[in-house]
Amino acid sequence: MAEGGAAVTAATDVHGRGASDGRRLFEEWYAALTSAPERGEKAAYVFVMGSLVELLRCFDLHVVFPEINSLQTAVRKVADEYLNLAEDHGFSPDVCGYVKADYAVQVRSGEHPMGRIPPPDVAVLTNACSTYIKWAEIWERMYEAPIFTFDTPGSRVPVPLRRAGEPVETPDWASRLGGGFLDADSFEADRRYVEHQLRELIEVCERVTGIPFDIDRCREVLRLTNEMGRHWRRVLELNRQSPAPFDAMLEGTIYLGVANALRGTEEGALYFENLVEEMEARIADGLGPRGESDEHYRLVFVGVPCYPIFRRFYELFAEWGGTFVSSTYTWFASGGLNRDFEYDLEDPLGSLAEGLLLGVREATDSLMFPDRALIQSIDEYDVDGVVYHPVKSCRTVSTGLAASRRVILEERDVLALYIESDMMDKRVVSEAQLKNRIDAFFEGLRSREIRIAGSASASD
Amino acid sequence: MTDPSNTTSGRDPVTVPRLLELAPGAGLDETLEHCRDLVEAPDPPTVRRWRDAGGKVLGHFQVYFPEELAHAAGMLPVKVRGAPVERREADSHFGSYICSILRSSLELALTGRLEVDLFVTHPICDAARNLAGIWARNLPQPARLLYFPQNASSGFAARYLEGEYARLLAEMEDIVGRRVTDDDLRASIRVFNRNRKLLRDLYEVKRETPWLLSVDEAYCLLAVGGLIGREEHNALLERALPAIRERAARPQDKMRVVFEGGFCEQPPLDLLRSIAEFCYVVDDDLLIGLRWLVEDVATDGEPLHALADAYLNSSSYSPVQHDARKPKEKMLLERIRDSRAEAAIVSAAKMCEPGLDEQVAYGQALEEEGIPYFLTEFEEKMTSFSQLQIQLETFVENVLFASEDWEEELLVLQVRERH
Ligand code: SF4
Ligand code: SF4
Repeated sequence: MAEGGAAVTAATDVHGRGASDGRRLFEEWYAALTSAPERGEKAAYVFVMGSLVELLRCFDLHVVFPEINSLQTAVRKVADEYLNLAEDHGFSPDVCGYVKADYAVQVRSGEHPMGRIPPPDVAVLTNACSTYIKWAEIWERMYEAPIFTFDTPGSRVPVPLRRAGEPVETPDWASRLGGGFLDADSFEADRRYVEHQLRELIEVCERVTGIPFDIDRCREVLRLTNEMGRHWRRVLELNRQSPAPFDAMLEGTIYLGVANALRGTEEGALYFENLVEEMEARIADGLGPRGESDEHYRLVFVGVPCYPIFRRFYELFAEWGGTFVSSTYTWFASGGLNRDFEYDLEDPLGSLAEGLLLGVREATDSLMFPDRALIQSIDEYDVDGVVYHPVKSCRTVSTGLAASRRVILEERDVLALYIESDMMDKRVVSEAQLKNRIDAFFEGLRSREIRIAGSASASD
Repeated sequence: MTDPSNTTSGRDPVTVPRLLELAPGAGLDETLEHCRDLVEAPDPPTVRRWRDAGGKVLGHFQVYFPEELAHAAGMLPVKVRGAPVERREADSHFGSYICSILRSSLELALTGRLEVDLFVTHPICDAARNLAGIWARNLPQPARLLYFPQNASSGFAARYLEGEYARLLAEMEDIVGRRVTDDDLRASIRVFNRNRKLLRDLYEVKRETPWLLSVDEAYCLLAVGGLIGREEHNALLERALPAIRERAARPQDKMRVVFEGGFCEQPPLDLLRSIAEFCYVVDDDLLIGLRWLVEDVATDGEPLHALADAYLNSSSYSPVQHDARKPKEKMLLERIRDSRAEAAIVSAAKMCEPGLDEQVAYGQALEEEGIPYFLTEFEEKMTSFSQLQIQLETFVENVLFASEDWEEELLVLQVRERH
């Protein structure tokens, strides 16, 4: 799907179109990856946080997302084959399962349930996750391909995340930290560093592909990402409606896959334009993620989904009428698309540097300091409960969640569920235990509902 | 409690409090014991003494920090490296699957055993970078993140890092209420250059005459540097090194090994002692941040630039520092060759993603080179070492008595609890 995928379905029957088009686009993307080496086409390995797909498209590079490949092995219930192989080669059970699954994919010459993953001709990563760096070092040892490690410095002071134009009162602890987050000088210094690296990366890509960089082509790709981003933000915003039109944990994850794989393409932009239409139609028809809306509790999901039992995990909440109206995954894994930022087409490279920096920062801040953004979501999406799902495999996402939960419970009258499992390793996923905890959480939500109803009638 | 002869040249007449409680004529054994007590104390009295004398403290989490900056500002740079303490407060701030050093470092701060005026952590790993946020929410002092370049070969990396150092220095200036000049920085670099030289000498003793200094003793002499002023550390090493060289110990039939895996969370001293029973540790990466810069830093140009440049171009290696010019497994092989080690102990802290990931690469490289290695995991608060001793003894025997046609696997002993 690097270039020229099939057109997206016409807007006849909009309901369910996002899911079916998403599935088809994904299959086509993997098919294109599988056949790329036969056609002599080259591939770049990238990561969702700071993928730089826009730049790579200017060099006709297919983009491979090893994170998506890995999660697909879990969704397709074959992750253990891959994890076992990596562990047989010496990897610890306690390290990131995505790394291990990809290691096994590479050892098996790209064999994957969705097709055959080509080896990298170049790999680009950012420091958004430190494990990306360890991961790419594995490729460094396996392949001759250049590996470009991009520094995208994050916030230096733990200031809570803010959204443009939406001031949030600053808590005491944050005001003690100084105001370095959006300090214009330090931001500009970082942006210059990023832009310098972009120019260095362009040289690498030119060398790898033999294609000279074309600024006008870059402008066009950025325009398409701008368009996609506008629609993506609209989709997220529409879930403020009650009932919410989609489940941000289940369907949101599917949409995210398309957002990453098809950034900067016509198909991608059109897909999300259609998705807005579908969501608006669902709202008009009073539909939710399960058709006729049965939404009873509005939830926020924090973390990475439980892929080994993905659908069942969703059902454990859905059976109680729980809908995830928002998910932090749709923030940090969207490559900055959730942020109210558009590339300046007059200054493509400068703006790409700025977008990359802001996007990665948005992702890392929403992982490390998610409290303000979560509180904002709780208010805007009228949320009853927050579900934290830290996972063994991913310390990037999971380390700060216990601390975040403490803050949320102090600041808002919501319930919070904290359940640990994994997104790859089914050995640490106990469905029975999860169910017990989730059921107890909903019992608590029911009591809260009765309490709130009681205090409302008492004040009448 | 101050020693006027310890005045750092080139800046205001700030006297540096003497933090060790060692008599000037203390012998080597007494010195080692004192250092050991300090290194094992979760509540380092030296830091308290510094604060009692009105000094400010900069706490920096592992691995490396340019301590010259804090020194030039008149602050005491203290290495935050966890401790084997019982955790009562910190655990509820973290999930499971997180290494121990993060929890225990926070525990020390939450329980008032470690008080700092500025805390700096680094995104060395996905767990550590969260420490800044958690620290800031729960403690009154400022917390900062310092992003070291991971794109070490970028033409802009040194300039970027220099800017970061300048920014942090400005914060320190605000804390101490005075400006730091380039000459102050140069004077501090000189003090640290001397320290680097003395630490190189210490490691030379380990490498060339390992029977004179066991790994745990050397560790205490090194680690105490993270708890006292560098002038005092220099004076300590200047006294200790000749005394070590004069020790009467004789070489024993022990295997020469490199210990790898102590770059962040620290193995318990008893673990090092257990290793010392069977092996001479002739080189290691214990507290590698204190020896990160491997050569003298220039004192004739821009000092911040010199420090940034040295970080990138004149430095050691660790699993949390990416530099395509220095593949870590090649660096380990070099360390083994340079120290003429016969084998390696490749360890990692439990739950440490970068350390555990690196173990795989180290293991593969060592196997390719036919170098025997012992693979293990540790936790700072582990207390039982009998199992490890038995395994290590078996490993050493296998290596020492292995004939050429023995199966290669016999030389690789993996000690990892599979879940
Ligand atoms: S640690 Fe988390 S964010 Fe990093 S690569 Fe693994 S799954 Fe992705
Ligand atoms: S021991 Fe490992 S996981 Fe823990 S803080 Fe250090 S580098 Fe990170």
